[in-house]
Amino acid sequence: MAFVSSGYNPAKPMENRITDIGPRKYDEFYPPVIKKNKGKWLYHEILQPGVLVHVAESGDEVYTVRVGGIRLMSVTLIREVCDIADKHCDGHLRFTTRNNIEFMVDSKDKVQPLIDDLESRKFKGGSFKFPVGGTGAGVTNIVHTQGWIHCHTPATDASGPVKATMDVLFDDFKNMRLPAHVRVSLACCLNMCGAVHCSDIAILGYHRKPPLMDHEYLDKMCEIPLAIASCPTAALKPGKVELADGTSVKSILVNEPRCMFCGNCYTMCPSMPLADTEGDGIVIMAGGKVSNRISAPKFSKVVVAFFPNEVPRWPQTTNCIKNMIEVYAADARKYERLGEWAERIGWERFFEKCELDFTHHLIDDFRDPAYYTWRQTTQFKF
Amino acid sequence: MAKHETPLLDQLESGPWPSFVSDIKQEAEARAKNEKGVEYQIPVDVCEDLLGVLELSFKHGRTHWKHGGIVGVFGYGGGVIGRYCDQPEMFPGVAHFHTMRVNQPGGKFYTAEYLRQLCDLWDMRGSGLTNMHGSTGDIILLGTTTPQLEEIFWELTHTYNQDLGGSGSNLRTPADCVGEARCEWSCYDTQALCYHLTQEYQDELHRPAFPYKFKFKFDGCPNCCVASIARADISFIGTWKDDIRLDQEAVAAYVGGELPPNAGSHAGRDWGPFDIQKEVIDLCPTECMSYADGKLAIDNRECNRCMHCISVMPRALRIGNDRGCSILVGAKAPILDGAQMSTLLIPFIKVEEPYDEIKEVIENIWDWWMEEGKNRERLGELMKRQGFQKLLEMCNLKPDPRMVQEPRTNPYIFWKEDEVPGGFQRDIKEFRKHHLR
Repeated sequence: MAFVSSGYNPAKPMENRITDIGPRKYDEFYPPVIKKNKGKWLYHEILQPGVLVHVAESGDEVYTVRVGGIRLMSVTLIREVCDIADKHCDGHLRFTTRNNIEFMVDSKDKVQPLIDDLESRKFKGGSFKFPVGGTGAGVTNIVHTQGWIHCHTPATDASGPVKATMDVLFDDFKNMRLPAHVRVSLACCLNMCGAVHCSDIAILGYHRKPPLMDHEYLDKMCEIPLAIASCPTAALKPGKVELADGTSVKSILVNEPRCMFCGNCYTMCPSMPLADTEGDGIVIMAGGKVSNRISAPKFSKVVVAFFPNEVPRWPQTTNCIKNMIEVYAADARKYERLGEWAERIGWERFFEKCELDFTHHLIDDFRDPAYYTWRQTTQFKF
Repeated sequence: MAKHETPLLDQLESGPWPSFVSDIKQEAEARAKNEKGVEYQIPVDVCEDLLGVLELSFKHGRTHWKHGGIVGVFGYGGGVIGRYCDQPEMFPGVAHFHTMRVNQPGGKFYTAEYLRQLCDLWDMRGSGLTNMHGSTGDIILLGTTTPQLEEIFWELTHTYNQDLGGSGSNLRTPADCVGEARCEWSCYDTQALCYHLTQEYQDELHRPAFPYKFKFKFDGCPNCCVASIARADISFIGTWKDDIRLDQEAVAAYVGGELPPNAGSHAGRDWGPFDIQKEVIDLCPTECMSYADGKLAIDNRECNRCMHCISVMPRALRIGNDRGCSILVGAKAPILDGAQMSTLLIPFIKVEEPYDEIKEVIENIWDWWMEEGKNRERLGELMKRQGFQKLLEMCNLKPDPRMVQEPRTNPYIFWKEDEVPGGFQRDIKEFRKHHLR
């Protein structure tokens, strides 16, 4: 492993440095049919699950084949994507905002050979490399985060639960039988990188134990006021702690009954880790959306306070999600998003129909706005 | 022969969805074989050790990455997320495992040629693993060592004319929906505005100067395919001011069953024949539509442009011609004060190069938040702390009923002294002349 220089000279680090050039410009990468018809599209149609056609004023057509994207992908897999793009799409492709991959061709006769090629490719373990789907009223890719692959604050993994969930929901990735599209997302802690707070169904990593205090190192590692200010419930205060050897150190005192295990203090202070094998697990949320279609955007609501981290396939989590989707599919009206359905039938009916336990954890108790989530009416269903 | 046993991860190789475990394993094998004779600059077995540490996390139910990590490239204050394994002796291949954020092109359109260049660079100088893409939009190069950071940055900028993305308390990498490139509903060129503002604010993106992070996202219409309303401090959402364009013949074709409703997105189930009354007229949130004698009518003045009718009948209904965008501000995830969606600040603004009016809004907001925002306080939280009125004042905007869902219910109303005749300076003695103690 001999070091190979790129040309960078560490003795003169600022010499020949190029900065602030930003991204490459979008139109360098447009397929010709896109470049020609940009801003002049007339309409589109979903021809079958995973296949779209857009028709331009010029009469030009572009056919898009969408495949499930793995998000965490190797250069070997990206090169295979490039080979497919070269073979079928003159070397063009794009990724969607939900990390699917889209291959575009400019005539209908190129579609089926592309699909056949994509669907024929499998990993050694047997899973599809490029399953076609993710369009219309179905389940598309799960927006997700780093988990145990790369992050220091997670309460669950990301790639593992996503693979487990998509295996269970795979038929709905390849079909369009639901009342409306169902967006599933995952965040491995409540920083909620991504879309957990605004998805039809969301998987959220959560802790259930207060931080472990590394008093011996805390004042050396952390800016104490920052950690104290990081607590949403003011459970932290500065204080002195006596170590086993009798020395007194500045540290942080945790008022444990006020701690709801958000982990934000650990984000600010490495001496307050809180991850725990039995304590950590998953919260399920439901009913969020970002589009303005019919109803306004909605936050997702907590519907299951805890499932354990059941490696490697998280069966309680995936079963719950599968069941929620089946009940929604059977009960909701056409075009009704999961959150619109739950609000129409009432959350009491949602819990009954989905056979979910309603526990005290689900009642909001965070500051003033909590009141507005209680029921100030006699209107309810038995 | 794998370096570490991974019995738990192996179970994620079965099932139909693409397996990240299988993919990492194939990368590990490719590196071990090294058919192209690449001079790997980080450990050859990095992927093996990543699977090893992940397997250990599956076993423990806990992460094995140390807290934080501060690395980067000279000249910039962000762009690289440092990460170190907490069991470096067991997994030396991932002792350093830093992430580099690379600013993606608009709409995430690529050529195979460009992606292959990135792959060649990352194969040699990194783990060969990526995220395509990070939630904010960046190409994520997942896992390399500190000495490689400058080398990679040099190659990116000198050979590939490509910059890093953002991280830290700064403008993060902006992202857009597919927009006019391939959507008939896009009300402005999301890619052009996204690119322009990304270039305009390169300094703010690369050198953290803000109280906290700040994100831009660009949606072409209220369907919000890049979720700007939930995931950006400033959300640019396309809209129009004039009438929905209506093709009665195409409406008749939908009613007659010749065209599939919602472009065929519900084809996986028999929902019965299309019923325009039930599926469009009765679901319109403002009840501004009617269908009689085979004609569809829209009272456009009462339309709130939710996109439902257009989405159901894309060949019959089209967005208006007087287009622009709405600007909404303040979205954020829960930490610290609770999650927020963006709040409507500017109902309508034209989107025209060189976008001076839009930049004025951005810069007015930044002037306020950079001065008044507390450490690690998102714009949305400053709005809650100092009030929406303060935001309006700083942006020189007049209050408008469109900016609220409803007027306030409490009467705790602040008045400015100059709004009240006589001001606030009063004499108790004068008062007592008429009101005995």
